[in-house]
Amino acid sequence: MHLILFFVFAGFCLAGAINLLLQSHPINSALSLIVVMTSLAVLYLLLGAEFLAAAQVIVYAGAIMVLFTFVVMLLNAGREERTLGSRTARSVGFPAVVAILAVIATVILKAQGLGVATLGEGLSDAKGSTNIEVLSRVLFHELLLPFEVTSILILIAILGAVALASHGDGPHGSRERMGGE
Amino acid sequence: MSLLLTQEVPISWYLLLSAVLFSLGVAGFLVKRNLITVFMSIELMLNAVNLSFVTFAHQWHAVKGQIFVFFVMMVAAAEAAVGLAIIIAVFRARATLAVDRIDLMKL
Repeated sequence: MHLILFFVFAGFCLAGAINLLLQSHPINSALSLIVVMTSLAVLYLLLGAEFLAAAQVIVYAGAIMVLFTFVVMLLNAGREERTLGSRTARSVGFPAVVAILAVIATVILKAQGLGVATLGEGLSDAKGSTNIEVLSRVLFHELLLPFEVTSILILIAILGAVALASHGDGPHGSRERMGGE
Repeated sequence: MSLLLTQEVPISWYLLLSAVLFSLGVAGFLVKRNLITVFMSIELMLNAVNLSFVTFAHQWHAVKGQIFVFFVMMVAAAEAAVGLAIIIAVFRARATLAVDRIDLMKL
């Protein structure tokens, strides 16, 4: 069962990632990235990370990809064009990527004693506490300060995003530009 | 058939999947010419690394790996918000999303 589910959703992951590369329109790439992230959520479930699977669907497939598709639609992004730069990037990029993959795959395949991933065997200890209990106990006791610091980071990111996305030339200029379109 | 119904999958297969996804992300980052798609490739790389973290957390029964993924997700959310705001600002200034034409900082 584990093997079948792994193959199916790993296949979805790879198909989505390859489709992201092949599509020339950004909205198609965004939709295939959603497929990748949702399949990754299922793989997290197989590895016994229930909370992360839920967070993956909500944060990545939900929030972040909605933001992406919204920006693609807002900027009316069209097909990408073939240029001299893209041909150079193709001829240099693909061999480099294959080299990186070969190195990483060699390291992984040479590694001894990695063991197997067993379905239903996660972090939950003998006392029968679930994954989310174990996770929150560490997160809110040991790592409370980093957790709170992250909330400040997100607050700063919100302020930065608003400051960057708002028009630099004041409300008057923005109204003009909105009227011009 | 009994092989297909087994409950065990080698850890190395998960790691290989993660490596392949990361490489596809790098390829997209290098090859794609659209600013938004380049940014999506970065998200793909982050996801591939997250899969490695969850796999190792499963292997070692270590909760810290999953918490690290949680922090990566929060930072990725903040990064996506700021990055897309920068993309909107660039588009407003240059009226293009092609990375070849955004060369204001080139000498």
